[in-house]
Amino acid sequence: MTSTLTPVRKRSALTKGQLPKYAPYVVLGVALVLGAAILALIGFNAFGWGVVSAILFAAGLVGWSAAVEGSRKAKDKLATCLVVGAFLVALLPLISVIWTVMVNGIPGLLNPAFLGTSMNGVTGVYDNRAAEGTGPVVGGIYHALIGTLQITLLATVISVPVGLLTAIYLVEYGNDRPLPRAITFFVDVMTGIPSIVAGLFAAAFFFAVVGPGTKTGAVAAVALSVLMIPVVVRSSEEMLKIVPNELREAAYALGVRKWRTILKVVIPTAISGIASGVTLAIARVIGETAPILVTAGFATSINNNVFGGWMASLPTFIYTQILNPTSPSNPDPSSQRAWGAALVLIILVMLLNLGARLIARVFAPKTGRR
Amino acid sequence: MSKRIDVKDLNVYYGNFLAVEDVSINIEAKSVTAFIGPSGCGKSTFLRTLNRMHEVLPGARVEGEVLLDGDNLYGPGVDPVTVRSQIGMVFQRPNPFPTMSIRDNVLAGVKLNNQKISKGEADALVERSLRGANLWNEVKDRLEKPGSGLSGGQQQRLCIARAIAVEPQVILMDEPCSALDPISTLAVEDLINELKDQYTVVIVTHNMQQAARVSDKTAFFNIAGTGKPGKLIEFAETSTIFNNPSQKATEDYVSGRFG
Repeated sequence: MTSTLTPVRKRSALTKGQLPKYAPYVVLGVALVLGAAILALIGFNAFGWGVVSAILFAAGLVGWSAAVEGSRKAKDKLATCLVVGAFLVALLPLISVIWTVMVNGIPGLLNPAFLGTSMNGVTGVYDNRAAEGTGPVVGGIYHALIGTLQITLLATVISVPVGLLTAIYLVEYGNDRPLPRAITFFVDVMTGIPSIVAGLFAAAFFFAVVGPGTKTGAVAAVALSVLMIPVVVRSSEEMLKIVPNELREAAYALGVRKWRTILKVVIPTAISGIASGVTLAIARVIGETAPILVTAGFATSINNNVFGGWMASLPTFIYTQILNPTSPSNPDPSSQRAWGAALVLIILVMLLNLGARLIARVFAPKTGRR
Repeated sequence: MSKRIDVKDLNVYYGNFLAVEDVSINIEAKSVTAFIGPSGCGKSTFLRTLNRMHEVLPGARVEGEVLLDGDNLYGPGVDPVTVRSQIGMVFQRPNPFPTMSIRDNVLAGVKLNNQKISKGEADALVERSLRGANLWNEVKDRLEKPGSGLSGGQQQRLCIARAIAVEPQVILMDEPCSALDPISTLAVEDLINELKDQYTVVIVTHNMQQAARVSDKTAFFNIAGTGKPGKLIEFAETSTIFNNPSQKATEDYVSGRFG
């Protein structure tokens, strides 16, 4: 009679030769301590500590893994370290920017009049008083907010029909002929146009057509639509291309005309992608500074007429507040306003991105079973 | 409500490539005609020429005549849209419009053409078409739900309902069951048998048993080799094609010796 013996041991044979689960934490702790020690020798700073510790951590973990687990696992650990490292490097500036803007911008936004008043009549006298602590920081971004919204809205109204119709031509009627191919090429070139060039184009165009020195919100909107159209064309084109050909054929087979097929079948199917593409295109141009500066100038008072008179916008507001503070001797109130405007601009872009996601979800073809 | 189709000396091209050569065939009204043959022999291409869907592809063209009750589909001044509203088509893969509800899918042919239709008429048309496609009982409680939520077989019958809602003279089916399971295939085949009371049905199929089950007449297409045009080899009563074909190639194909 034989009895099977169950070997008594702590670890399964299948997990032999692996680092314990706590290994990365041990290495991280050692790396941090060693890093601090090395930095202490050459003068401590947080950035250097992070870099040295990261290098020590990667080297330590990979080395230990190579000794215990073999080269395949070590390479895996090395790749993981590189990927996570790259992710952190990419994330740091982003978090840093958002943090800086929040810290500097929130004091400006806390001022209740900030969103509701313009800079009309705000002179260096008030800023000097505010800097001395004998008065509040007055003035706000109402005029710039109005300008940004109007200019961007007009630019959207110009760009979306032009861009969408171009995309429809390219996808539905192009058939890869020379003209559509040329249009595609030039659209690609246009996406790379520096924004200042677009501004100069719009300014020169209106100088020639309307008269020298024409600077209005509408000119800025034309400049922005030069930047926006290629983005709208490209994103709409991609969205129309992924509409399955079967749907077009299904409509044709029902005796539906081509333009109706495009209008009632192709565009509704692609509308969620098109709408989010348009929203992202808006987000791309809403922060443009240079083209607005040369086309709409800048203003300190409220201008509700996008077709007449100089107009402020959030980016140009920030630019002028930083470069030419209202009170040259006390620039702090001006920079507080500039940071506040920057925070508002970031919030606008964030809202647009959230809007794009919402639109994509609302318009997306329903696939639910019930 | 059905018309016959007579094809005379039809050559079908993709650009300069001759895909189907010299087909002449007479398809009776109120009958089911099956096209069989190996892959790439041009049966789907030929089917698509019967309602001018072939020319949707760039460079595709046709020589010859297709007569619908004596009227040439390819005659000068004939609008392909008119042709397609008389000759409906069901595709290989179910393709309900994803943005539309089941009800709107059935009404697509009407609504997309912006024809005015009262709510009562629309309801009646939806019910009639869905009943005609054996789908009414399964979907009558969820007509407002999206059509893409149905199973594959139900989607295909929805597409058939959509095709018969425009009340065509002829219904073309391009391998309508190749993406379906046997149960759904059975439902579609039953449907084809009912449809032939009212419509002329032409069906392309890879499944010879299916052709034998559903069709009155069968056409066998074959291709001499890669790059050569497809040809109509034999066209006869289905029982003749399967039991007593006159051509050697037909016999080889239906008995499973090749293809």
